[in-house]
Amino acid sequence: MVKFIFRRMLVMIPQLLLLSLIIFVLAKQMPGDAVTGAFMGNPNVTPEQMEKIREEYGLNDPWYVQYGAWIGKAVKGDLGDSYTHKQPVTSLLAGRVVNTVTLSLFILIVSYIIAIPLGIIAGRWADSWADKMIITYNYFAFATPLFVFSLLMLFFFGFVLGWFPTGNSVDVRLEAGTWDFYVSKFKHLVLPGMSGALLATAGTIQYLRNDIIDTKLKDFVKTARAKGVPEGKVYTRHILRNSMLPIAAFLGYEITGLIAGSIFLEMIFSYPGLGQLFIQSITGRDFTVTTAIVMISGTAVIVGTMLSDIILSAIDPRIRIE
Amino acid sequence: MVTIDDKKLIAKEKANNPSLAKTIWREIRHDKMALISLVLLLGILITAYSSPLFIDQEQLQRVNFLETWEAPSETHWLGTDDGGRDVFGQLLLGTRNSFTIGLSVTVIAGLFGLTIGLISGFFGGWVDNVIMRIIDFLMVLPSTMFIIVFIVIVPDYSILAFVLIMSAFAWFQKARLIRSKGLAERELDYINASKTLGTPSWKIMFFEMFPNLSSLVIVNMTLTLAGNIGLETGLTFLGFGLPASTPSLGTLISFATNPDILQNKSWVWLPAALLILVMMLCINYIGQAVKRASDARQRLA
Repeated sequence: MVKFIFRRMLVMIPQLLLLSLIIFVLAKQMPGDAVTGAFMGNPNVTPEQMEKIREEYGLNDPWYVQYGAWIGKAVKGDLGDSYTHKQPVTSLLAGRVVNTVTLSLFILIVSYIIAIPLGIIAGRWADSWADKMIITYNYFAFATPLFVFSLLMLFFFGFVLGWFPTGNSVDVRLEAGTWDFYVSKFKHLVLPGMSGALLATAGTIQYLRNDIIDTKLKDFVKTARAKGVPEGKVYTRHILRNSMLPIAAFLGYEITGLIAGSIFLEMIFSYPGLGQLFIQSITGRDFTVTTAIVMISGTAVIVGTMLSDIILSAIDPRIRIE
Repeated sequence: MVTIDDKKLIAKEKANNPSLAKTIWREIRHDKMALISLVLLLGILITAYSSPLFIDQEQLQRVNFLETWEAPSETHWLGTDDGGRDVFGQLLLGTRNSFTIGLSVTVIAGLFGLTIGLISGFFGGWVDNVIMRIIDFLMVLPSTMFIIVFIVIVPDYSILAFVLIMSAFAWFQKARLIRSKGLAERELDYINASKTLGTPSWKIMFFEMFPNLSSLVIVNMTLTLAGNIGLETGLTFLGFGLPASTPSLGTLISFATNPDILQNKSWVWLPAALLILVMMLCINYIGQAVKRASDARQRLA
């Protein structure tokens, strides 16, 4: 087990290096560099001055020198400066990361609260009317594109019914730290969070349903029944213990979906997080920020996948063999 | 020599082992939702693809400031947008464009994933190892972000570039799926026999292994088609997809980023949003029926 964890973590290092290299190469391909982005359209800066600034920033060095410098700084937490926001990227991202993580956690928790009971019901009473309704909901959750669903939610609950605020992550007039502030934060979270969570259930419900249907025919379950274990306990003690564990392990794999989802959710609900900043930075040609966000998201996915792999292998030793 | 008895035997065999197309059709016929979906989807697609016959695209794209933001009426069934353009016409063209692009991405990614997966599964060993490590890496990339970044940095951005970029991030899972089946298949006698006879590897891969994996490919492509259409419209919605001159369903929905339009001019974006929803559900119902048809244990029919 220790050997597996060690080997799995070792795989992560080339992955991270490759990721950073790809992102760096892409960043170099982006139209205009940081200096043009900052001074373009500014008549007071002559091309010669821009060239001088480039030299100062090391933008004329060979690519591997630039890459080394960039990586060296990034490891220390210095991701460069944003040219539209005139501040270090790290401090610009800090607040955004908190918002995106809050939103993602909300989506994860709520989707599990919905998906686990539904998956159990559908699996335990397979082919009942409840199961059929859950399957229909699951089809819907599986097929609906997130951005379409979010827009419909925003339109209906935000505008037509007016139950929830339609943008931002908190009422800006409120003072940070007060009770009202947190209530307002929560209210702003509900609509984007529910839009994400209601669709994020699809995978979990389907997995649980199939797994329970498979497990309930296994010999150990029959033995438990034969011994006279009450039906309720057969499920809680024997079947669910087997089926629920992998769900915990899938957490890390969910990160990819959450990141892709955050782009759409945050754009639609004008929720100030990483996804929104990503789109804003790319349309505003603020590529230092873009690069930093892609790097952070990529790292989060790589680390999350590693954690999931390790947890899964701890639960199921067969995975470790390879 | 084929005797009459043999012919009977072959016919009987065929009746017992109907082609995939036949099984799929039988499965769809037995699943009411899938049948309704198929009819509905075909209806939508036939209308959308035949629309250039009665809609003049030039005229549709012409800006007419006298008729901006008109509510649905008899002349404009679904009203008009910010440039006085007919929403219904754009909806039809958008459906056509979105579906075409989603289908192209699915086919290109499918072919590429199939080839890589077959190579990896057929040869196994170090070839497989290298390919799988690369795919492992590609799978952990935040693909939506990368697609957007590529769209921004590609020098001559065109619809073809858009399709290729999307396809470039859509083949890994297919390759992995084909590979795992291929690895099992390569141990079977017919492959070994063929190898002993000296058949070239590519011939074994594409003419002997592939037919046995084809149902898997078809199932996977049907199920990913919906996802690809969703991604295309989503990217266009964000402003990173089709140019405005080529309307997509996402173009119409992107009007909704303006709260005023979202709330008060829902005729512009709501039909497109609902149409996507209906199409996705239809494709998924059909896809599930196709999936069941390919697996004898799950068949309803």
